This record gives sequence, structure tokens and C-alpha cells, in this order.
Amino acid sequence: MNTPPKDTNTQTGQDERKHWLYRSENLPKLWLIQIVILLLALLPEFFVHHHPHFEQSSFTLDTSFGFFAWYGFMTCAGMVAVAKILGIFLKRKDTYYDE
Amino acid sequence: MMSDFAFPPGLIMVLGAMLIPMLGERQRLFALLGLPVLTLGAVWGLPADASVQLAFLDYTLEPVRSTAVGRLFATVFAIMAFAGGLYAHRQASVTELTAAFIYAGAAIGVTFAGDLLTLFVFWEVMALGSTIVVWSGGTQTAYLAGIRYLLIHLFGGVVLMVGIVAYAVDTGSLNFTAMQLESLGTWLILIGFLVNAGAPPLSAWIPDAYPEASPSGTVFLSAFTTKTAVFALLVGFPGADILVPIGLYMVFYGIIYALLENDMRRILAYSIVNQVGFMVAAIGIGTSMALNGAAAHAFAHIIYKALLLMSAGSVLLMTGKRKCTDLGGLFQSMPVTAINGIVGALAISAFPFTSGFVTKSLETSAAANEGMLIVWLLLLAASAGVFLHAGIKFPWFVFFQKDSGLRPPDPPANLRLAMWLFSFLCLAIGIYPQPLYAILPYPVDYQPYTVDHLVTQFQVLLFAGFAFFVMLKQMRRTLTISLDFDWFYRKFFNEIGNEFTGRTSIARGIQEQKAVAGIRRMIDRLYRHHGPQGILARAWPTGSMVIWVAVMLGLSLALYYA
Repeated sequence: MNTPPKDTNTQTGQDERKHWLYRSENLPKLWLIQIVILLLALLPEFFVHHHPHFEQSSFTLDTSFGFFAWYGFMTCAGMVAVAKILGIFLKRKDTYYDE
Repeated sequence: MMSDFAFPPGLIMVLGAMLIPMLGERQRLFALLGLPVLTLGAVWGLPADASVQLAFLDYTLEPVRSTAVGRLFATVFAIMAFAGGLYAHRQASVTELTAAFIYAGAAIGVTFAGDLLTLFVFWEVMALGSTIVVWSGGTQTAYLAGIRYLLIHLFGGVVLMVGIVAYAVDTGSLNFTAMQLESLGTWLILIGFLVNAGAPPLSAWIPDAYPEASPSGTVFLSAFTTKTAVFALLVGFPGADILVPIGLYMVFYGIIYALLENDMRRILAYSIVNQVGFMVAAIGIGTSMALNGAAAHAFAHIIYKALLLMSAGSVLLMTGKRKCTDLGGLFQSMPVTAINGIVGALAISAFPFTSGFVTKSLETSAAANEGMLIVWLLLLAASAGVFLHAGIKFPWFVFFQKDSGLRPPDPPANLRLAMWLFSFLCLAIGIYPQPLYAILPYPVDYQPYTVDHLVTQFQVLLFAGFAFFVMLKQMRRTLTISLDFDWFYRKFFNEIGNEFTGRTSIARGIQEQKAVAGIRRMIDRLYRHHGPQGILARAWPTGSMVIWVAVMLGLSLALYYA
């Protein structure tokens, strides 16, 4: 809930009518709130001991610091990138089947 | 014991639906809410081992067989019909309501089917009922999408029927129980089930047909067809290895296509494939924990997916718009719809204290317990991806994003009430999962609320959300659709057909011209010889005949002496 596109922020004259989420001066605050939440989510890493999911195997990455955080971020970024690339080949105008 | 006679619980709604067209508006609401309650009573009133058996030719049919997993699915189907009826009754057509209740009743019929023939009959009733629900969308697009939907399901039905016949011939029994993939019959049955689950390559029927139905029609459709397929796979093919890769494919297919999509209800339709993929993969893993996970996930999924589609349906009803590019900023004037949409989005993303958290984690833990590292890593990535493609994308683009300037009010009371009811269930199951765990097919030995699980789940989801906002520019909505397997039957074969028609019509034209020219030549020739001036039609003078006779006689004389 924090990055309204630029075009809504250019008309500063209408700011008093706009909801505070859409006001350009609040944008940095919203990003800050998000960063704080992320840091809070990482905080327990210093106290919580993660149980390994695969006790029999040599895989211990899931007990390392911040694994779930970077894995969640990286895989999502990867999926967006893959979708973007596939989109080059798969996207058609939404009237494609209408004719 | 009621083992001598037990009324099939599914028939309560199938037969009761026939009354709906005859009732006035007030009585109709009474029927829409009463029939599911009655069904629920019948489901739980049956003894746990109830069974009705009939002899049919050389086979034994079992139209009612009460099982734990069947009861679980029947329960959530009845709850779904109740909330769907509440949501739909003011604005949906009588045709849609009747068809939807026959459809729901048939789905419950499947969950009590003890033999494959009973299953098949209810399976086909579902196909017909759901097609009419799609058609009730009322547009030409809905009509055509309904035809395509019906064709896919009739195809799946034929494959299933052939499989059932082959299985019956092989084994001499129609008993619906766990099957091994070692004969053509069982493979065909599996394919028949998978068509309804939205498995590849035929996944496109879900985003093609469902979003064309009415706002309430899509809510009904999202619940029954794919989840009866999950039920059938759960009973028929637990632990079939091939289901693991099929499920994983569906999971990522759903995410990628939903990320590319612009239509809010098509996003949610792709997300159905994604969610069913989790269940299919869990059924493939096949341990009691995984099967519990698939069943529990199906239960929770029906509720939160219906909630999401109720929210999207309310937006469509109040704005007439369904594309993300046209929407945005609606939280300001539709707070109830936005809040309920967000609860559904949190539940599908498996946020702690929602129904997704306590059910989907059974599946991922089952993969870890079996030492399936790759599967576990992929399911974990997919869980993050669910938040990405449905959990944030849907509420963000519909309710926040840019301010579209639209200021529609929240929908009428019956729609709001249905949404609140399902939001309540999403949170209630999440906070207090024990009643759901108690009715799962196997005993549950699992504690979802550990510090470790809470921390890791929050991290995965919050950082997935961070990725969404960091890459928001990459996901700018465009006025596009994405090609899928349906391209083959909507475009490719169509083009080939057109090409064939074009070429054959040219070839036929040439042949026709040739034939006409030939006939004309023949007529000319006949005319030349037999026409008024024709040599063979002329009146010849007697003298010439006498000359010719004389010549002939002369010749024969000459030959005679020669």
C-alpha cells in the first residue's frame, strides 16, 4: 500500500481532496513503514533457533540466518522476471479472440 | 442402523432445486438457505459407515457410502451453497440459481458415490449444471465460453466413461476405491479426473469460462468442479507419483499466468489452478499427513476463493468493470468489499491466523517429512508466489493502486452478509483449527502454531510483498490476454479449418468449372451431330440411300469374288 504511480502525484493542487495514501509527500513514509516491518520480521532471527526440515540429509540452508526472507524475496523476483519474459511471447491484445 | 435405507444427501439439493423456479422471492430465499442446511443435517445424520447397495446387471452399485473424506467435502460444499445462495439470491436469475443448486447437489452426490457409475452420473450432471451457470452470464461471450467449457467437460466425461468400462471389464467391479496405475482403464479414469482438476494441458477452461459468468455465477463455479476432482483423486489415486510433477506444474502455471493477467476475475481463476496444484501435488505425495493437507486445503480454499470472488463480483456488480487498468482506489467508497477481499487475500496467502496457514502448511510439511527437498523448495517458493499473484496483486490493483476516480458504494446487504460470513470462517478456522482437524480423514498430529513456523511464514510473505512493490513497475497492467493451450482450439484449428475451407472451395470451384465445361462440350457435340443442322439428324434424300445400298451390294459382290 505504498507506491502510487507518479501521474496521480503530479497534480499537487488536488492534494487536499486526495486520500492520504495517494499524497506524494506520504510516499517516503510508506516506504519507511514497510522497511521497518521487514526489519521487525527479521528481528527474531537473533533469538529463534530454526528446526531443520530435513534432518536426515545434509541440507541445512533452512536453518541459516534469514533464509526464509531472502528465499521469499528472490523467488518472487524470479517469478516476476519469468512472467515478464514469457509475456513477450504470450501476450496478445485482449481483443485477440473477438474478431 | 440405517444401512437398509439412506437417502443420498446430494439429491436433497438436486431435487430441491427443481422447486426454486416455482417459488416467490421470499420463499425462494428460504429454499436457498434451507436446502443446504437440510443437506448438512443429512450428511452428518448418516451413520459413519452408512452404505446403500443395489444390484445392477452383474455389478453392485453403491449410491451412498459414507466416508470421512466424503463427509468433509460434502460439508464444505453445503456451506458453500448456503453462502452462495445468500450472495446470489437478489440479483441472480432463477435459471442460474436452479442450475447452481443442481450443480452443488451433484457435487455432494459425487462425495457419497461408492461406485464409479454413480460417480459418473453425478459428474455429468455437474457438467450440465455448471454450463448453464456459465450461460447465465447472459452475454454472447458467456454463451461461446460456455460451449467451449461444455465441450471440454464432455470430452473429459467420455475419457472417464471409457476408463470406467475398461476398469469394470478388467476387475469385474465398479467399486470406487484406491486404484493402481497399471491398466489402460485406470489411466483413462485418472485423465478424466485431471481434466476436471484443470491439469495441463487443459487448464485454460477455468480462466476461459469462469470469469464470463455473472458475479454470483463465478462464485458457485469456483467451488465445485475442481474440488470434486480433488476429492476423486484423493480417493482414487492417493500416492500416485505422477501427480507430484503435475501439481507442481499447475502451481507455477497459475502464478505466471495470473501475474500476466489484467482481468481481476481471470487472475483469481488462474489462482484456482495454482491452489488445486498444491492439492494435486500433496495427493501425489500420498502420506496420511499429505492427504489430510490436501483435504483441509480444499476445505479452506473453497471458502477463501469464494470470498475473493464475492469481493471481485461486488466490484463488477457496482462498477461494471473488471479490468485492473480501469479499477483502483475503491477502498475509499467500498470499504466492506475491500476489507473482505483483503481477508480472503490473506487467507489464500496463508498468513498466520487465517485458514490458509493451518491447512497449506500440512502439505509443505508432508513434503519435508518425506525428505522431498526439491518439492519442498518449490512449494515454499510457490507459497510466496501465491501472495504475489493473488494475495497482493488482487487487492492492490482493485482497491488501491492509482485512484480511478470511481466512487461506487458497497453492494446490497445480502452480498455484504455473505462476505462477512466467509471472512469469519477464514479467521475462525485459522485461529481455532481443531474442529477442522477433527473431521480430516486421518488423525492429525500437527501443531501449526510454533514460533518457528510463525516467524518463517511472516518472513517469506513479507519479503514476497517487498518484492512485489520493488518490482511494481515491471508489473504495470496492459490491455492484454496471454496465449494458452486454448489457442489450439480457439485459433489454430479454427485457422486450419478456414484454410481447409478456403482451399477446398477453390479446388471445388476448379473441378466444377471443368465438369461444367465437359458437359457443355458434350452438349455442343450432340447438338452438332443431332441438332437441326446435325449430320445425323438431317433428312436424307431416298436417292442417296439407294446409292449407298448399291455401293454395299457392289462391295459384297466384289468381296465374294475376290
